[in-house]
Amino acid sequence: MYSLRLWSVTHARGLNSFYRGFERALRALHPLFARLGYPRLERPVAALERQVKGLLFDCRMCGQCVLSSTGMSCPMNCPKSLRNGPCGGVRDDGNCEVRPDMKCVWVLAVAGSERIPGGSEALRRVQPPVDRRLTGTSSWLRVARQSVGDGAGERA
Amino acid sequence: MIFEDEPVPGYPLPILPGHTSPGRLERVLRAGKFAVTTEMAPPDSADPEEVYRRARIFDGYVDAINATDGSGANCHMSSLAVCALLTRVGYAPVMQISCRDKNRIAIQGDILGGAAMGVCNILCLTGDGVQAGDHPQALPVFDLDSMTLLATARAMRDEHRFLSGRKLTHAPRVLLGAAENPFAPPLEWRAQRLAKKIAAGAQFIQTQYCYDVAVLKAFLRRIEDLGLLGQIFILVGVGPLRSAKTAEWMRTHVPGLHIPDGIIARLKGAADAAREGRSLCIELIQEIRSVPGVSGVHVMAYRQEDTVPEIIDRSGVLGGRVPWYPGRDPQRNSDRMAS
Repeated sequence: MYSLRLWSVTHARGLNSFYRGFERALRALHPLFARLGYPRLERPVAALERQVKGLLFDCRMCGQCVLSSTGMSCPMNCPKSLRNGPCGGVRDDGNCEVRPDMKCVWVLAVAGSERIPGGSEALRRVQPPVDRRLTGTSSWLRVARQSVGDGAGERA
Repeated sequence: MIFEDEPVPGYPLPILPGHTSPGRLERVLRAGKFAVTTEMAPPDSADPEEVYRRARIFDGYVDAINATDGSGANCHMSSLAVCALLTRVGYAPVMQISCRDKNRIAIQGDILGGAAMGVCNILCLTGDGVQAGDHPQALPVFDLDSMTLLATARAMRDEHRFLSGRKLTHAPRVLLGAAENPFAPPLEWRAQRLAKKIAAGAQFIQTQYCYDVAVLKAFLRRIEDLGLLGQIFILVGVGPLRSAKTAEWMRTHVPGLHIPDGIIARLKGAADAAREGRSLCIELIQEIRSVPGVSGVHVMAYRQEDTVPEIIDRSGVLGGRVPWYPGRDPQRNSDRMAS
């Protein structure tokens, strides 16, 4: 929902610290998830994730969430799905060139990341191309599964 | 400036030490000359002569010609094909690649194909949204974005591999460019975005039209603060405005274009607005030239390409230099071909 999406960016700091705790919980749950079997969990968890993040961020379920690196403004809402910063077409009022009634997701991302500790550095990271195979899958389960690794690439 | 070994069309130039391409644009930039590039509107035609006719307008005035890739999301002859025709007779095109119409498989194929045909410069763009053009029903692809396209092209050139990791037997030797708009929000973050593009592989940028040198200077100051001045060649976009009415139309309809009221007032007050527009463009070029950190200008004169020679000539930025064009050195060419 657009108004909630704007709210999420304004509350990027709180959401980010909440997510940090949630991320720890997910990692702690890895042994349980592994016992239950990740393939079996994929559908229900993805459905839940779609509901929650859909409401808060208009999440598009790209399956490789970067919200923590983009000030809680989902870059997949950009009509060009730009994950590395705004295009050159941003209007003078900060709205999108393609959808003039919508704030540019990157104008929001810059504002949101200033509220997150370390957010501006995260924004400067060059994000790799999207792996289209992951579309529709759960980012949360991916975070849990990566509990053994550092999970640096996968956030939120 | 005449290089020792300027091209006989179809024969590649050697790559100088420290250069990544054999191209003349890179040579001019690295030699510290004020570079001039321009943009060609590709024809809505299958006639190659139309491409050559449009290129000839710029003979002797530009170091490279951008071949646009469906600019404004309008359908025209492909940039790859325009480049193929141009390189055939020795022109130095900048092949624009937009992410709007092609996925990573098609784009990487075009990079190899372009380089094989003698393209030495590639401009990596995200591209305008399909809603801006004449086919708003089309599927917007955007598989890559300008940043990941840069990184992909650089990996092909420097690591001799596709995005998949598969090896190339011969890497494309190209100079990589990107676009930047110092005049669109979020203004404070624009320099950061350029920093990301440099990190992803950009060696030069061509900017959106500049009608406000103060904003350009602020942008360059931020780049300097980031310690990036001198790490990238900056070609500032300029172009003549035909009338106050077109200027008004452009600033309302072209997203990301910033034209101050003062400019429009000046056009309104002029007896011959088109002439005033050209004079204004020349003054801007001269002012931009004096800004430290600027390596050249990119002249975009959509549908008034024939004004480009006059503008460049009157601005004096070439300083007597005659950029190469087919037929500039007939004697040298025949000597080299004979040898």
